[in-house]
Order: sequence, then structure tokens, then C-alpha cells
Amino acid sequence: MQWIQPLETLPSGDTRDIGGKGAALHRLWAGRIRVPKTLCVTTRAYRDFVNHAGLREKIYLELSRKAFADMRWEEIWDAAQRLRLLFLRSSLSPEMASGMRQAITQAFGERSMVVRSSAPEEDLSGHSFAGLHASYTHLQGCNDVMRHIRLVWASLWSDAALLYRQELGLDALTSAMAVLVQEMIPGQVSGICFTRDPTGPERGVIEAVHGMNPPLVDGKIAPDRWTMDTATGAVIEHSAPASRIQWQPPTATAGAAALSALPDSLRHQPPLTPAQVGRLWTTAVRVAAMAAAPQDIEWTFDKEELVLLQARPITTVSRPAEGDNRSWYLSLHRSLENLLDLRRRIEEKWIPRMRQTADELADIDPGALDDVDLALEIRRRWDINQHWTAIYWEDFIPFAHGMRLFGQVYNETMVPDDPYEFMQLLRHQDLISVRRNRCLADLAAAVRQRPQRARALERGDFNALDTAFRDRLDAFVLRYGDLSCPVTGAVECSPDTGALANILLEMAALPETMSTNGGDVSSAALESAFLGACPSGSMDDCRQLLSLARSSYRLRDDDNILLGAIEARLIAAVQEGRKRSRVGSAGLSEVLAELGLENAEQVPRPRAEAPPPAVSERQITGQPAGPGLVRGRARVIVEHSDIAQFKRGEIIVCDGVDPNMTFVMPLAAGIVERRGGMLIHGAIIAREYGLPCVTGVTGATTRIRTGQTITVDGYLGIVTIGEK
Amino acid sequence: MNRDASVKRAIHELLRQQQLGVLSTMDDEAPYASLVAFAVSDDDRCLYFSTPRATRKFANITANAAVALLVNNSVNLPEDFHRAKAVTAVGIAQTLPDERLDAARSHYLDKHPYLESFAHSPSCVFLEIRVQRYILVERFQNVSEYRIDHAMDSTS
Repeated sequence: MQWIQPLETLPSGDTRDIGGKGAALHRLWAGRIRVPKTLCVTTRAYRDFVNHAGLREKIYLELSRKAFADMRWEEIWDAAQRLRLLFLRSSLSPEMASGMRQAITQAFGERSMVVRSSAPEEDLSGHSFAGLHASYTHLQGCNDVMRHIRLVWASLWSDAALLYRQELGLDALTSAMAVLVQEMIPGQVSGICFTRDPTGPERGVIEAVHGMNPPLVDGKIAPDRWTMDTATGAVIEHSAPASRIQWQPPTATAGAAALSALPDSLRHQPPLTPAQVGRLWTTAVRVAAMAAAPQDIEWTFDKEELVLLQARPITTVSRPAEGDNRSWYLSLHRSLENLLDLRRRIEEKWIPRMRQTADELADIDPGALDDVDLALEIRRRWDINQHWTAIYWEDFIPFAHGMRLFGQVYNETMVPDDPYEFMQLLRHQDLISVRRNRCLADLAAAVRQRPQRARALERGDFNALDTAFRDRLDAFVLRYGDLSCPVTGAVECSPDTGALANILLEMAALPETMSTNGGDVSSAALESAFLGACPSGSMDDCRQLLSLARSSYRLRDDDNILLGAIEARLIAAVQEGRKRSRVGSAGLSEVLAELGLENAEQVPRPRAEAPPPAVSERQITGQPAGPGLVRGRARVIVEHSDIAQFKRGEIIVCDGVDPNMTFVMPLAAGIVERRGGMLIHGAIIAREYGLPCVTGVTGATTRIRTGQTITVDGYLGIVTIGEK
Repeated sequence: MNRDASVKRAIHELLRQQQLGVLSTMDDEAPYASLVAFAVSDDDRCLYFSTPRATRKFANITANAAVALLVNNSVNLPEDFHRAKAVTAVGIAQTLPDERLDAARSHYLDKHPYLESFAHSPSCVFLEIRVQRYILVERFQNVSEYRIDHAMDSTS
């Protein structure tokens, strides 16, 4: 078996050599059914490439940083992203490269090409793993194809594939990927055919559109649909869509494909004639007989000739088991078009409304309401909070994919040393939390100017403060809260200005010039290099994607703060309600009980005086999320109130950085977070402040104790506990 | 299995799977490393090995009883970087008192039967390391420490 071979020269279509798709195509070809001209890049090529480039152990190392069960989806995405870049940065051996180039040029010349994944594990009977691996259409020229072959190889380790690693039996030692390089057939009519409807055995289905098949995920073009009688081959029913449009193949990068109107003559005409329906069905039935299983077929008509692009056994989609969230994670992958929609909705609709809602709620003082109105107000605020939390999950969370999509395109375009170089193009925006921290810095400067202010704050005697300073302090609290309350997910909190006083005193003790990392020159240079490297004609797409990613980055922080502002108003009303229900106020206890807000949840705290455990961690590997190396005293945050004790130069150790925690960033020396991911809130804030940061540290808040000396290695993603 | 139990278990298994370890002793001025065949007590608290009296390692131990023993399951392949585990035992070495010598030596020879004449040679001394702590390295850079001298019960 060679590295690359024309389909028809392979003696047999062995799945182990050319993968599931390749084997199916070989079967069609052997059955004298026309398939696109195909070169198979065999699994041997993948293995030799991986060995030549020394990738096998790198894959293992990447995937064994921590136990897979402890990895969040975000961490799996990050790992896949790093592996992808690793593949892009690795070279083929000169012999393999020249052999493949020659074969591709000879077979396809300057024609438009398709590169498809063909994994040996896909389409195993009973499973369908379609869509876990990458395929690329409309490629031009040998270089483009060679680059995409490496991307398809890398997709053996895509986040989707890693999520299903057990079902796929994914292992760096044994798994391999074949690739099909095919001619792009500009079909006039295209579609799919199920020789048996997944919903019932007596029927089959044909779907067809004018032009070429749009990418699977979109589903925006309603096709014509024929229901077939499997016994007689007769058409039972033909249903036409409300309107017929066609998919316009992309011209350059970043999914610039669009939908376009059809000429009048086609708009009113079904894509297939009755004779074509008959021919297609007959062929499909033959394919099913050859494979001895009902088939799911992708086809196109090249002028009058039927070409089958793909055929695979029909698999019934089983419902995910309880607690299996993998399909939800994968739904977070969004197309550029979908993300642009989300951005419009979020920026133009949700954010102004959230601000307005928070302001309106702030205008009503729960203390001034009578018991009946307070009960109503608590319920109303509860509903409002639920409403926005739902929108947060539905729109804000998926919008974070904007950064990921940009990162992916950036890495494919620039092939940088650092997989997170793209983050430098997103930094230094006007984040709400950074604005709040600037206000804090100004207040701290005012404390520094007058020692009597510091003394008053130390005593907690706010009445002793001068009026001018108190007014500024009040304005801050009104706008950003008194820093004593956590934002998301907690309703127990009592307003307390102690935290604010402590933070101001700590900040006042810092040298005056402390601020966030100023804009570095390199990000402008990176931006112009990226835009310069965009394929000609797609500059606008690149700019649009960058702008989208910046919005996505900004919102990763702002959304939590806006949601927190609404939640804070709920907390305020609940506090008041609890206070009164204790003295037996009718109606309030019932509302609080009904909403499950009657009692504060107590987080169990590790006992400080407990003897040191026999087994302890010395060094824990997480993910490098903010470059830098620092050693300092750990401050473990279990409850939000722990932050009030924060001292300058300490390292924050927490489960997840909450947006309302980030006021201590100017005081912190580093961040350690249990939640993993490069693009999560804590990592973004760490980058804004230039702090060494490691995320995804399993058991961070239980294995590290406040007061321990820890070293945060933000380059390698390692936390070391203790000095010696 | 919780994390503590899995750390203890990994150490327990590694000490039984492996025949050899690298013993570190202190010369006056410099550390010194030597390969030794070892065995471990049932409760993981003691490690046993044997050495001729004339060796440098024995001279070092006589002068300074603080030692470390590194045991690992690498197989000299690239896979070692993610797969291999290493445990370092840190403790105090001493010659075994007579009343415990026979039992310990027979336990040692169960694991290394081919060393019978070596271990019984009058020129050899049989030693134990009272382990204070174990440091386990897994998955390239994950390091845990087990203070066995603090543990009430060392069984996993």
C-alpha cells in the first residue's frame, strides 16, 4: 500500500487502509457506479507522517495532562486546538510530500478539489460518527490541498472526536486517519437519499435542491422531498418547499458561502424530473443491496449523469443517555453567520434591555415596600432573574464560540508558535470590570493622599470620612456594589463595606503606578500581519471575524457583570424578605419557601486546624492560561467573603473566577482556577492584567490551603505547592 | 477510588512491580547514586536492600544515614513520558537488627531468589530504609507526596 493511490488502483477497499468513506466509495466503483475521481491518502501515510514528525508522544502528553474524566469541554477544545496547530506546524518527509504533490497535480491539475476525512472507525455498524472529523470543499491548488490533508489528519483529534473517544476506541498508538482527495463536481442538482426512512421501514426518502449540496449543518435550504414506496419503487408523495433557493459555494475563507435566489425558470421547477427520481432510486436500491444494509446516500447530477458522493449505512440516532451533555457541547460550535446573528441580538437587544432592567429594579427600594408588595417584588425579581439566566445560557454562552472560531482561523492562517497568540488581538478592550477597577484605583489614590482616610477605613468608621470621599465611595457602591456579594448563583449575601475598605487599603499600599498592562505594540503588528495574510478577496471576512471575536471576548466578562447587576437586585429584595420573615411577617415566608430561598446554603469549609493530610499534592498540572512565573502566598476562595481578606501579592486559588471577584486582580500576583479552559473568564482577566494563570487544576481549592507558598508556572500550566 | 487511595495504591504497586531502584546517598560533599535490587515491607514503611560492606554507598550511609531511593517503570521508549510513573522514597537507612534480619531477608529473597548467596555472604550487609515520605510522579508533571510517617494506617 502506498501513501497515496487512485481509488481504482487499490486491490480492495479495506477500511483499515482507506477508512469507512473510502471503502464505501471503492464498493460503489467496483459496482460500476460513477463516483468522483478520488485519490486515497492511506492510513499508512498518516502513520508515517506522525512517526516522522514525532507526534505520537506529543499527542499522548497533550491528552494525559490530567485524567480525562476531570476535563471540561472547554479543556478538550483547547487540547484539540493545540493538537491541530501541532499538526499544521509539522512537516511531511520530503519523499512523502513530493510523492503526494505529484499524484495530486497529475490527477487534478488546477481543478477545484474536495478533501474528506475517512476514519477507519467511522460508520461502524450501529454507530455513526459522521461530522466528528473535518472535510473541506472548494480547494484550489496543490498547496491548499496539502495543508488541508494535515487539517483532516488533525481532526482525528478534534474536540468532537475526543468527546467520543471511548466509542471510537481512540488511541494515539493505534488510531489513524485516511483522507480522500476528490474532484469537486459542480452538480446542477444535488441531494441525499435514504433507502429506508429512519422513521419507518416501508418508505424511502429522496431530497433534492438545485445546485450543490449545502454544508450539512446549515439546513437552511428547504429541499424538495419525495417519499418512496420501498416495495414498489413508486413515488408516494412529492412535497415542494415554500420557496426554492440555492446555496452559493464560498469564494474564499471563513464560510463566506451564502444563499442566493434562483432564476425564475428554476424557481418553479422541481430539481428532479420523474425519470431522474426513478434512476436515482434504482441506483440507491442497488447500492443498499450491495452493502446488504439500508443506505444513506449523498448524490449529485453532473449534467445528466448521476454521481454518488458518499454512501453509508443508515444508523438510528439513539437518544443520549441521561447526563450525556456531549451533543449540547457540540451544538456550541456555531457558523460565522449564526454568530453574527447572535452578536446583533446580544448587542442591540439583550444588553440595552439588561441595563434598563437593572436600572429599573434599582429604583425600587425593597425596604420601602410593605410586606405584600415585597412578596410580589421578590417573585417578580425571581422571574426576571430566571428569564435572563435562560437567555445567558441560550445566547451568551454559545456566543463565546466567536473567540474560538477566530482562534481557529487565526491559527490556520498564521500557524503561530503559540496557539493562543490570537488572544493578543482581543485584549485591552474596555471591559466593565476593568473600568470598575480603574475607579477603585482612583479611590485608592485618594486614600493614599490623605492618611486620615486610611485610618477611618481601618477602623471601619465610614462616618469619619470626609464628605467628598464618602460621596465618591457611595457612587462606586451604587454602580458596582460594595464588593461583598458574589454575582452568579448565590443568593446569600449581606451587604458589608468591610471588603471594600480592605481592598482600598491594600490598593493604597501599592505603588501609585500599578495599572493593567498597557497596550503592547505587538498586537497592532499581529493584527496587520493577520489581515495581510488573509486570502485576497476575503479581507472583509477576516475583519468581520476579528470584530466578532473582540465582541465575544468583551462579552465573556461583561455579560456576567450585567447578569450580576440583575441578580444583585434579587438578592437585595430577598435579604429584606428574610429579615422580615424572621419577625413573622405573613406571606413573605411562603414566597421565600416556594422559591427555595428561605435558607442560605452553607458551604462546608475545611477546618483550618486539621492536621496536614498524609497524602498531599506537590505539583499539579492544569492548563497554561496566562504566561508568567510567580511564587507567593495562596489565598483560597471558598466563599465570596474570603476575598475581603485578600492581601496584595497573594495568589488567588478558586473554583472559578467570578466577575465580582476581579476587583482584587490589581492586588493579585497570580491565579489558579479549578475550572479549565483558555478562554474562560479567569484566563481572560489574567491576560488583561498580565498575571500568570493556570486553569483546570483539579481540586485546587481543596488541595491548596490559604497561607501555603505556591508557584504558578503560567508557561507550562503547572502549580507547585510548598517551597521545598 | 479517591485521590489519596489512588496515590497510595500507585506507590504500593510500583514498589512491588519493580526489581531495581536508584539509591542516593551523601558523600561528604556530593550526592552519589547507585542501582540496587530492593524489596518492600507489606505495609510499605520499609525498603530492604543488600550491599557489600566495601562499597561507597555503605560508607556514605555509615557517615550519613539520610537516603533516597528512586523507583520507576519507564521502559526507555517515548511512551514513558506520559505512561511512566516514578516514586522517590526519602528516609533513613540502617543495618537491620538481628532479631528482624531473617524475616526481612527471606522476604527480600522471595522477590530476588537469584541473589541468595549474595544476600547471605558474610561480606554483605543487609539494610532497611525507614521511609518518611514517598513522592509520586505521574503523567509527566503531576507530583503527589505521601507522608507515610504521618499516616495512621498505610494500607490503601
